[in-house]
Amino acid sequence: MPKNIIQHTITTLVENRPGVLARVSGLFARRGFNIESLAVSITNDPSISRMTIVVNGDGNVLEQITKQLNKLIDVIKVIDYTDQPTVERELAMIKVNAETKNRAEIMQIVDIFRAKIIDISEKTFTVEVTGSVAKIDAIEALLESHGIQEMVRTGKIVMMRGANG
Amino acid sequence: MKITGAQALIRSLCNHGTEVIFGYPGGQILPIYDALYDCEDVQHILMRHEQGAAHAADAYARATGKVGVCFATSGPGATNLVTGIANAYMDSIPMVAITGQVRTTSLGKDAFQEADITGITMPITKHNYLLKNPKDIARVIAEAFYIASTGRPGPVLVDVPMDVSLAQVDYVPVDKVELRSYKPTIAGHPIQIAKAAKAIAAAERPVIYAGGGVISADASEELVELAERTNILVTTTLLGKGAIPETHPHSLGMLGMHGTAYANYAVAHCDLLVAIGARFDDRVTGKLDAFAKKAKVIHIDVDPAEVGKTVHVDIPIVGDCKKILIELLKHIRPREESTWNKQVMQWKTEYPLKYTNDGELYPQFVIEEIWDVSKGDAVVVVDVGQHQMWAAQYYKCTFPKQFITSGGLGTMGFSLPAAIGAQVARPDKAVFNIVGDGGIQMTIQELMPAVVHKLPIKIVIMNNQYLGMVRQWQELFWNKRYSSVDLTAQPDFIKLADAYGAVGMKIEKPEDVRPALLKAMEIDDRPTVMDFRIAREENVFPMIPAGQSIEEMMLHRPKIK
Repeated sequence: MPKNIIQHTITTLVENRPGVLARVSGLFARRGFNIESLAVSITNDPSISRMTIVVNGDGNVLEQITKQLNKLIDVIKVIDYTDQPTVERELAMIKVNAETKNRAEIMQIVDIFRAKIIDISEKTFTVEVTGSVAKIDAIEALLESHGIQEMVRTGKIVMMRGANG
Repeated sequence: MKITGAQALIRSLCNHGTEVIFGYPGGQILPIYDALYDCEDVQHILMRHEQGAAHAADAYARATGKVGVCFATSGPGATNLVTGIANAYMDSIPMVAITGQVRTTSLGKDAFQEADITGITMPITKHNYLLKNPKDIARVIAEAFYIASTGRPGPVLVDVPMDVSLAQVDYVPVDKVELRSYKPTIAGHPIQIAKAAKAIAAAERPVIYAGGGVISADASEELVELAERTNILVTTTLLGKGAIPETHPHSLGMLGMHGTAYANYAVAHCDLLVAIGARFDDRVTGKLDAFAKKAKVIHIDVDPAEVGKTVHVDIPIVGDCKKILIELLKHIRPREESTWNKQVMQWKTEYPLKYTNDGELYPQFVIEEIWDVSKGDAVVVVDVGQHQMWAAQYYKCTFPKQFITSGGLGTMGFSLPAAIGAQVARPDKAVFNIVGDGGIQMTIQELMPAVVHKLPIKIVIMNNQYLGMVRQWQELFWNKRYSSVDLTAQPDFIKLADAYGAVGMKIEKPEDVRPALLKAMEIDDRPTVMDFRIAREENVFPMIPAGQSIEEMMLHRPKIK
């Protein structure tokens, strides 16, 4: 990445309505920005959804996008968590080849990563792992050598550390 | 008592002060037109193309400050509105567009005349609605007007499926709107205002740069007061024309690519730039790092997203321009005229706007004559291109909402339907529509409603049989390779005027200009089409080429090497 491009984590609280995601993502698409990950779900208030967007981009441009996100009528609040003290988590499910000869090794990896095997077949394990983005990258790399059949990641979610929201 | 959704919609529009609707009916909007048939409080102007309806509503809003309203049916009707909506969006014009839509049960099934118009207009509306529940009609219309007209104004589209307009509803008017996610900042921050006052007092070479935001906030009076009390000279953007009378001694006219040399010199050399309701558009700034580079910048704007967007701002003040100027004026003490003002006035004498006077018919002369004949009091509706810049340079606006043109989007074809909107809005004023021979042909069909409604619009075609602005760029920057700009093949505009029932005139000599304009001023029951055969290769000067600095300003045609 060029040096002025950094990874940003932006959270938006939005009205839980049709079309809001398109409005939000449109502001990134217009500038040719790719959304690296996106997690959307309702909050404790069912009329409000929370979107966590991870995007790489120039700081000034992202500041502009953040301001424009704030202008969207359906957006209630925008928080840029970049450089903030946060706790972050992502969940992944990984379906990995698991036959008699490598099952023990995979179970060891799963153990070390405090992951779980949540489904099993004659030829595969399905592993559930939760943690930081880096941790999931790491287990993915280790399981890769056994052959990953399928993988799904939820995208990062974040929250500010401490009492402040 | 239950009424139909369509009736509820019309009542809601009336409830929010709608007096005129510009539109074009069709299948899916039939129930709404049926309800309109019974409504005596609203005048409907049947345009001849939906694009015309959007432009007319847009110009109605520009001329009155009220929300403009347009109607179109689903599918092609709605997509024909798109250019007009984008135009209103770029210039921050309050507008509500109502479109018919296929039944909710048919949505997404490629039904006849279905288009996803809320999807299409998402990036060119301030907000839009797909109105799926008949119970929401009154609330959604109330929100649409509220969103369109508050904060930074803009167009709002409401898409109404046919089953929603046919449904039976209990109509309860909605007057008050409360949106937790939309709270425009109105009052400026007092500390920022105090800082701005201090900077103004300390500045030696200040300039005010005022934009369309001053006009939409009705802040002209305050702007003029600020300029007079501080003796600060004012330059305006294209959309800011009329924010200060251009006959005022403190007015420097328009700045930017085709602005006056003295306005651009003043901005280039100022030590304080007070931007009010303006957005540092590329046609204003040219090369960004050379723009007002010696200046501290105060930026007053209602839209926080505009602050620091392209230019570094030292003192941002977000809020309503009028409210901020009222507060600011409380801190402002009178300043004497300085040597700086004398310097700028000297530039004004040294580098005035000028054009050739050699017996040919020059467009600048035509504009000056229009100004003279209309005593500077006409509403001037201008299209896009060379004539737009000549009008901006030579028609000295004397009041806000006088100069109506497509600024941000630069929509050719805007002006004839816009002139209809303006004349309907201002029956008390002479309306001049200044347009090129290219632009007029893009929306010529709107002559018909102008004739039907007996609108005495004075249409001035600056006919150089070229797409003049493109030709100018080709001449100056593309080795005179005149690719696809020759419009010699064109209709006889006199016969065309006659065919529509308007009055046509052809003017070829300077001495015929005034009599023709005077004759047009006499006609009060139909439009007049004046075909001015102007010098074909006249250019707009001064000109700062796109993306360049004032160093590169051309005051006249470059000498042939």
